Amino acid sequence: MTATDVRTKVLDIIADIALDDDVTTIDDSVSLREQLDLDSMDFLDIVMELKKRHKVEVPQEDYPKLATMQSCVDYLSPKFQALA
Amino acid sequence: MEFKTSYDAIVVGAGMSGMAAAIRLAMFDRKVLLIEKHSIPGGLNSFYRRANRNLDVGLHALTNAVPKGTRGAPLTKLLKQLRIPYENLKLCPQTYSLIRFPEKTLSFSNDFNEFDELIKTTFPEQFSGWTNFVTAIKDFDETNLQNEYFSAKEKANEFLSDPLLIEMVFSPLMIYGSAWEHDMDWSQFVIMFKSIYLEGLGRPVGGVRTIIKLLTDKLKELNVDLRYSCELQSIESVDGKVSTVLLKDRKLGELSIQTQQVFSSIGLPETMDKTNHKEANIRAGNMSFTESIFFLKEKPRELGQNATLIFHNNRDQYLYQKPKTLIDDQSAVICLPNNYHDDNEFEEGIVRVTFMANNELWTNLSEEDYKAQKEIVSQKAKALVSTYFEKEATFIFDDTFTPKTVTRYTSHYAGAVYGSPDKTRDGKTAIDGLYITGTDQGFLGIVGAMLSGISMANYHGLQGGAQ
Ligand SMILES: Cc1cc2nc3c(=O)[nH]c(=O)nc-3n(C[C@H](O)[C@H](O)[C@H](O)COP(=O)(O)OP(=O)(O)OC[C@H]3O[C@@H](n4cnc5c(N)ncnc54)[C@H](O)[C@@H]3O)c2cc1C
Repeated sequence: MTATDVRTKVLDIIADIALDDDVTTIDDSVSLREQLDLDSMDFLDIVMELKKRHKVEVPQEDYPKLATMQSCVDYLSPKFQALA
Repeated sequence: MEFKTSYDAIVVGAGMSGMAAAIRLAMFDRKVLLIEKHSIPGGLNSFYRRANRNLDVGLHALTNAVPKGTRGAPLTKLLKQLRIPYENLKLCPQTYSLIRFPEKTLSFSNDFNEFDELIKTTFPEQFSGWTNFVTAIKDFDETNLQNEYFSAKEKANEFLSDPLLIEMVFSPLMIYGSAWEHDMDWSQFVIMFKSIYLEGLGRPVGGVRTIIKLLTDKLKELNVDLRYSCELQSIESVDGKVSTVLLKDRKLGELSIQTQQVFSSIGLPETMDKTNHKEANIRAGNMSFTESIFFLKEKPRELGQNATLIFHNNRDQYLYQKPKTLIDDQSAVICLPNNYHDDNEFEEGIVRVTFMANNELWTNLSEEDYKAQKEIVSQKAKALVSTYFEKEATFIFDDTFTPKTVTRYTSHYAGAVYGSPDKTRDGKTAIDGLYITGTDQGFLGIVGAMLSGISMANYHGLQGGAQ
């Protein structure tokens, strides 16, 4: 699975959660919280959706690694690979 | 639907909080059963039909009515958590509302600056205290589950010295969200202050039905087993943990179903009485109401009244308490649903008048007296409303409900609309796996109840609890 595939999967989840936000203009290097209306409840939802849809588990101490789109892709790619 | 023999979670009551909790749990693949004693959903926020007209119970106004995209606001959070797009709520803002006392009148809209300005001109010597009071409110973390109970009146007295201003500011917040008489818990006061004065009031086009349909559509989409006319009889526990619930289903009779988690929205004392952990020291709530609903030939605007809500009080003091008589006719809330900004929905004028009422007195009336007293309440409400119109209104049809009606359709003890004065903020009970959601977890009103359902489901069902 390529980095682009992982990005698409994460973006799909974010689009379903931040459903009134425009996710097409996300800057991958800027904090997601700054660009979208996401709070800690929403990050938990992202984690739960990753598990539900893709069986990818994110332990609590790794939540900070989901801060930007780029860090999501970097952190999650090996996890997606491991499942493939 | 067919009952399964066991569920991950059983949610009791298909009111605002129960439906929201069930949606969250099912969203993350929990097998959920949602049961409702009544034959329709909604609970305290429900609907009925009379004389070919749709009537709403609850929902004078949706609190927290911020515009789309308002970051961090409770309404935005709630919609996101339930995956409901803002537009689907069809929220229409209020025009303005009045707080009417004998000596002074205040009004507020969804623009807090207007309220601020009006307080400056109406209570000039109080204004600097007011400004500091508002700052203290804004800075307070009202939803922290660890907050201690504290008197909001005492707090207000630290900033304001004119009792009239305090009474006026408190009155809408108390009648829209206090289980305590005479005073409010400070956290609850801050919640209500923010949700009504700082964020504003609105109404979904279509009223209660619009909200309920959004929730029931979600429940269907998520395959929640939803059963009406099905009553929780008792909750059994083994070693202090929930094990089984006994239900009474109108069609199937008695059923026993296994589960490790029960989320109950029927009230704290009401829930504990269904367990072997009866706690005699949980009080039933005292605050109940009558409401008279009138249909008029004219729209209120045509009669010279443009306010959405009128908080009417005929004393210098606001007596928020269970009255010693059937109703307190010196104080009322008048709701004019035509006076939200968009009035294409109604062909007639509608007026709803709410009085504080004494549940026991209503319950003890003979059937004949009950009917006669309902008619008297309706007449009093009509007379009061007429004082707010410049022209004479033509009343076509009316209906009145009482604390007795509230008890009959929602099974809340004593017809209490805001539940017990004793709340369980973290939702926990003496039994492991039994959680309280909605009114008695401490979050009141429509938005509050839904947020409560969401947060209890997240906290106990999705993050901590059994899978
Ligand atoms: C006249 C009136 C006006 C109001 N106006 C407003 C307003 O303008 N704005 C606002 O925000 N709020 C308003 N409210 C309050 C609001 O409607 C409630 O706070 C909210 O709906 C409470 O939701 P809940 O889920 O906590 O409880 P409930 O709605 O009481 O839900 C509990 C459910 O459990 C069911 N039940 C009870 N016992 C059992 C059992 N043994 N087995 C199975 N099911 C059971 C009941 O039938 C009910 O459906 C108003 C209420 C009333 C009555």
